[in-house]
Amino acid sequence: MLIMISSEGKTLESQPSLRFGRAPNFIKVNLIEDDWEAYQNPAIDQRGGAGVKAAQFMLDQKITHVLTGRFGPNAHQALSAAGIKMITFDSSCNTVSEVIEAFKNNLLTEVD
Amino acid sequence: MPMIKIAIASGKGGTGKTMVATSLATALAPAYEVNFIDCDVEAPNGHLFLKPQISKTQPAVISVPEIDQEKCIACGKCVQACMFNALVMLQEKILVFPQLCHGCGSCTLVCPVDAITEIPNPIGTISQGMVNSRIHFFMGELKISEPMPTPIIRQTKKIAAKISDITILDSPPGASCSVVATIYDADFVILVTEPTPFGLHDLKQMIGVLSETGTRAGVIINRDGIGDKCVEHYLRNSSYPILMKIPYQNEIARELAAGKILVNFMPSYRQRFIDLFLKIQTILNSEVEGK
Repeated sequence: MLIMISSEGKTLESQPSLRFGRAPNFIKVNLIEDDWEAYQNPAIDQRGGAGVKAAQFMLDQKITHVLTGRFGPNAHQALSAAGIKMITFDSSCNTVSEVIEAFKNNLLTEVD
Repeated sequence: MPMIKIAIASGKGGTGKTMVATSLATALAPAYEVNFIDCDVEAPNGHLFLKPQISKTQPAVISVPEIDQEKCIACGKCVQACMFNALVMLQEKILVFPQLCHGCGSCTLVCPVDAITEIPNPIGTISQGMVNSRIHFFMGELKISEPMPTPIIRQTKKIAAKISDITILDSPPGASCSVVATIYDADFVILVTEPTPFGLHDLKQMIGVLSETGTRAGVIINRDGIGDKCVEHYLRNSSYPILMKIPYQNEIARELAAGKILVNFMPSYRQRFIDLFLKIQTILNSEVEGK
């Protein structure tokens, strides 16, 4: 299981980003191996279609679950077609670590 | 007379672009043939004032890719070629987002197995007609829910090209892509603003755009007398001349709201707009000599 969390910064203590396509960074977490890695969002400087490009990045990274504040319609369509699960959190999560814990404890909402 | 293209832009919305554009076209029409192109394709309103007889309406179309999944080998070359993120590569197929597509054709060009055909996607309409047999009127209108105004602006301008010596381009508000698509080939830009901090803020954005395109421009201050002197103070230290000031008057507001054209209900403005055109010609000629 590979999850990706949108984040303002590049560590587990960073503030999670409520945006998907325009999130500054992504934190990829391998829950089985308990390992993580930070990536700059390749879509951040796109003029249009940022959500679609970020979705393509999820596909290329073989992500199974994406966690963010909200998915735009294009990102939603692409991730849904790719069979990637979409999970949302809200501003009550202060760090990426808190998002991961909440996800592990099944406290977050999955988007249809 | 050489062909001359004048764009009317503003930055801030509701400053009087269409009032100036329709007045300029109407004032010049007895002496010249004029093209009036309404490039505000998301909310065109020039027709409400000029009341043209529309003779032709045609669809504005962009070509979007359709992928033959039988032929597609999922190599991903089209996804890499797309500058607009309109294509996504899933595990074994390509997903198309037509609303992000600019119709550039790159994907078709790079596909090694000819799996892509381009199908027409109508994004709006282009209407044309005449006003009093002197003004050639053109209007692009983007379909509601379509997100991309620039192709329809370019197509409308293309249809109108080379018909009259004078072309008036009524720009959308703002300082983004659709404004650039309107003004990029103009010889001169009239910036219509109002003397308020809001007017100045957005005027500065347009001046930023013009410093990139290098287009000559001047400013009309509309509703002069309201607000403050911030626009005039700012322009004093710039290379953009104040071309005209139009005072705030209840009568102007009332007649415009009734769909009338300034130079028609206040005939004294007719000469002022002809003088404006002559002033612009002088500025452009001095530029040519200066080079």
